[in-house]
This record gives sequence, C-alpha cells and structure tokens, in this order.
Amino acid sequence: MSLERFLNQAVSSWMSEEGPDSDIVLSSRIRLARNFESYKFPTLFSHDEAKMIIANMEEVIAKSDLQRFGQMELLKIEEMQPLQKRVLVEKHLISPHLAEDSPYGAVLLTENEEVSIMINEEDHIRIQCLFPGLQLSEALDAANEIDDWLEDKIHFAFDEKHGYLTSCPTNVGTGLRASVMMHLPGLILTQQINRIIPAINQLGLVVRGIYGEGSEALGNIFQISNQITLGKSEEDIGRDLKGVVSQLISQERSAREALRKTSNIQLEDRVFRSLGVLSNSRIIESKEAARCLSDVRLGIDMGYIEKISKTILNELMILTQPGFLQQYAGGSLRPHERDIRRAALIRERLQMEQQK
Amino acid sequence: MICQECNQKPAALHFTKIINGEKTEVHLCEKCAQEKGEMFIFNGESGFAFNNLLAGLLNIDPTFQKPSQSPFHQEEILQCENCSMTFPQFLKIGRFGCAHCYETFKEQLKPVLRRLHSGNWTHNGKIPKRIGGGIHLRKQIEELKSELSESITREEFEKAAEIRDEIRALENKLANSQEGGE
Repeated sequence: MSLERFLNQAVSSWMSEEGPDSDIVLSSRIRLARNFESYKFPTLFSHDEAKMIIANMEEVIAKSDLQRFGQMELLKIEEMQPLQKRVLVEKHLISPHLAEDSPYGAVLLTENEEVSIMINEEDHIRIQCLFPGLQLSEALDAANEIDDWLEDKIHFAFDEKHGYLTSCPTNVGTGLRASVMMHLPGLILTQQINRIIPAINQLGLVVRGIYGEGSEALGNIFQISNQITLGKSEEDIGRDLKGVVSQLISQERSAREALRKTSNIQLEDRVFRSLGVLSNSRIIESKEAARCLSDVRLGIDMGYIEKISKTILNELMILTQPGFLQQYAGGSLRPHERDIRRAALIRERLQMEQQK
Repeated sequence: MICQECNQKPAALHFTKIINGEKTEVHLCEKCAQEKGEMFIFNGESGFAFNNLLAGLLNIDPTFQKPSQSPFHQEEILQCENCSMTFPQFLKIGRFGCAHCYETFKEQLKPVLRRLHSGNWTHNGKIPKRIGGGIHLRKQIEELKSELSESITREEFEKAAEIRDEIRALENKLANSQEGGE
C-alpha cells in the first residue's frame, strides 16, 4: 500500500484538520457515560444482558440515524483482530479497557470518526466526540445531540439526586469528562510546567502527559480534564476547563515569545537539528521521534519552518505507534524492526510535504 | 527524608493512615510506592487504584471489621436487592453492580461523593427529557411553597395569595404533563 493511501484511511478528521487555537490545542474531547436502567452494570451483568444491550443499540441505529453524523458502523470486539483493536486504541477511538478487558464490548463509529460510542465498557454506553483544536462547546453540543437521540429510545439510569448513574462513583452526575490535548513545549523549555501543574490540580482538573508513561509527557503533549462530574452543570464544567485552557494558551504563547527574544538562534538550531534527524534517520525510537516532532511543530508554529503542514505532529504521533506501524507493514514487527519502519515512515511523510 | 522501604532514594510520597484513631505514617520513594501498589497510579483512562482510595475515604480497614464486632450487635451487611452486591464488595472493586445500588447505599455514599466531587453530592446538570419536565416543575413548586410559608409568617397575605395561585397552576401543569407522558 502506498503511504498516501494508507494515510487517507488512517487519518481521522481531528488529526488532519485545524481548529481554533490549533497552534497549541491539538484536540478537544467530550465523553458522556450512560447506562440502561434495566440491566446490571458491566461489572456484574450476564452474557445475555450484554448481548441484549448490543441488540438494543443495533435496533436504535437501524430505526433512525443522525443525519448530521452520517452512517454509523458497529464493530464487535470479539470479531476484531488484535492489531485492528490496537489501531483503534492508538487513534483514541476506543479505550484500552474496551479492547482488552471487555469481552462483550462493541463500538459504534461514524465515518469521519468524530464520534465513537463505546458499548459495554465500564458503563453500558460511552459517547465520545473528538474535535480538532479548542472546540469544547461544539463537542459538547454534538455529544448532547447524540445523547438526546439515544435517550429517545433508551431509558437511561437516572435519579434526581445523583443524576446519571454510572458504574464508578467518580463519573456519576453528568457522566461528563471533558478533556483537551495541548502541545506545551514553551512551558517545558522555560521550566514553568512544574509550577503550573499543581496549580491546575487544585482547581479540580487533572493534568496528564499523554502517550508517555507515568508523569513524563511524550512529545510535550498534555491532557487536561475535569475531575468533578457531580454538582456542576455540563456547561459549567466545559466553561471552567476552557477558562484554564485559555490561560495556559496565553502563558504558552508568552513563553514562546520570551524564548524567541532570549535564545532565538539556539531555538532555531534545535528546531532544524530535529528536522534533520527526522528527515535522515534510519532507526528511530518513539521517544526520540516524539521529541523531534514536538520541536519541528514548534518550529512551524513560530515561523522557522515553512511549507510543512502543522498537523504533522498530530498525525505522526499517532501513526508512529506500534499498532499503526505494524498495520502499515502488513504484519507483526519486533521492536527493532518497528524503529526502522518508524524512521522510514517519517522520512517518506516529510518527502510528501516537499512535493506539495 | 529517605524512603523507608529501600533506604536509598528520597521519599516522594507520604501517606498518613488513620485507622480507629491510630495514626501510621508511610514515606516511600516513587519506585517503591509503585511496587507496593499503594500509589494511585495513573494508567490510561481507568485511572488510579480507586478501590484502595475508596476504602481509605471511609476509614474502613476490611481486616479490622469482623473481629471488632461484638456478637451481640452483629450488624447486617447492606446488600442490593437487585444485583446482590454488598457494600464491602463495592469497596473492594470500586464499582457498583447496578443502578439500584445508588439507592441501597445512599447513606454510605454521601461522604464518598462529597470527597470525590469537592463537596458536591447532588446532581445539577442535564435531566433526561422523559422525566425532565416533572422534576423541574416539582422543584419549582417546592421553592414556591417555602416562599408561601415565608410570606404568611411575614403577614404578606396579598403576595401569599399570588404565590398560592401560581402553585395551583404549576400543579395542574404537572398533573397534565404526567397524564400526557404516560
């Protein structure tokens, strides 16, 4: 398969399109947790109940579809190949929990992959909307629309006092998890991030490095999300998160300006060295690739590099993960072979940019 | 402070456990804490070891509970009628068995919810349309009723009459909407 065709199939809209503030915010995601009133939660439900839930969902999509979101496809976990599952996890369309620990799991996907509805994960239903850039309220509107559409046919577990009832009490109430993925190299280079993260945590929000293990943020990418789901309205949760994200955006921008003023040539050097590594290396580990991709993306945003599209960071961070590399290779690869494949894929992708 | 497990690295995590008034402090470096599994490790969406935290929130040490109970006051173990989950089971896995559990364990749940959601324990967001109208109306009626009794104590009878009419109108609307809804 040619790289171009592979990309056309592999890249979802949030990776290749730009949204508001997309120089810093890579994507916005809304997740709503819902459960059927009449079935036991996935911790305890029987095989039959799980099947009934999937059958119910199939009925719902057969009866009507949401024009705005286009055709939906239902994929069952038990019918998927391990590699296929892994690719969906790497694209953030399903959770590792659904792929590995949910034997009766399934997922409903829209064609553009903006919407994915996980079935029989920790809760019966998890609606997820993923938008490029900072578009929390747009994503919330979309999720609400899907929720209303489902609610028309399904009685969700709800009580006046506790709101939407979820398997885990950390999600009860709105069942809403709003999260934003941000690229914050300026705050890392100016060493401000360690001061900022505890402050954000105190506001009832969680900051995590994504892709990385533990606290280390691979590619300087962080995910910020709400912790509290009960007692606040959906709009307030979104607004509070957006407020903090907006502040982070302006701090990141001023950090970048400060870097330009104080160490312009050093920064330029760093950016072009990283571009050199990406365009020439023959073996590259994911850690190094992530670091260089982050530098190159910063270089594009700050105007040092021209003629390379901004979305290359989003795209390549996803596509250079083990699952995708193996799908592109058409078979399983050992770690060392992956590093070679990764280097080749990045080189080829950068050449595509030059030919544009 | 040095990690009390490996005695090598500086301690990064400090726990204070209080069980039945007895305080124990634990100081660990990150690596040892991870190995001991006492840390709330963030891994993927499922997050930290929630059940450990939950038992801690309620100051319940499961090993402590049974022997300390005297045979004369054998407490009944709370169990959900619908899915048979018991409260100790919930503490162990950190997940409920069904929607009905929220009703069964509501008293025990309140302090847990308060701590998880910074003091909140009642829902303040979206309401499903099928029950939405009713809830809104009932809330409005309750508010008006308390207003009514206030204005009566303040001897503002004209205002009280107005509020009474308003309540009647809402009650009619509620009755109609429920008929229509069934």
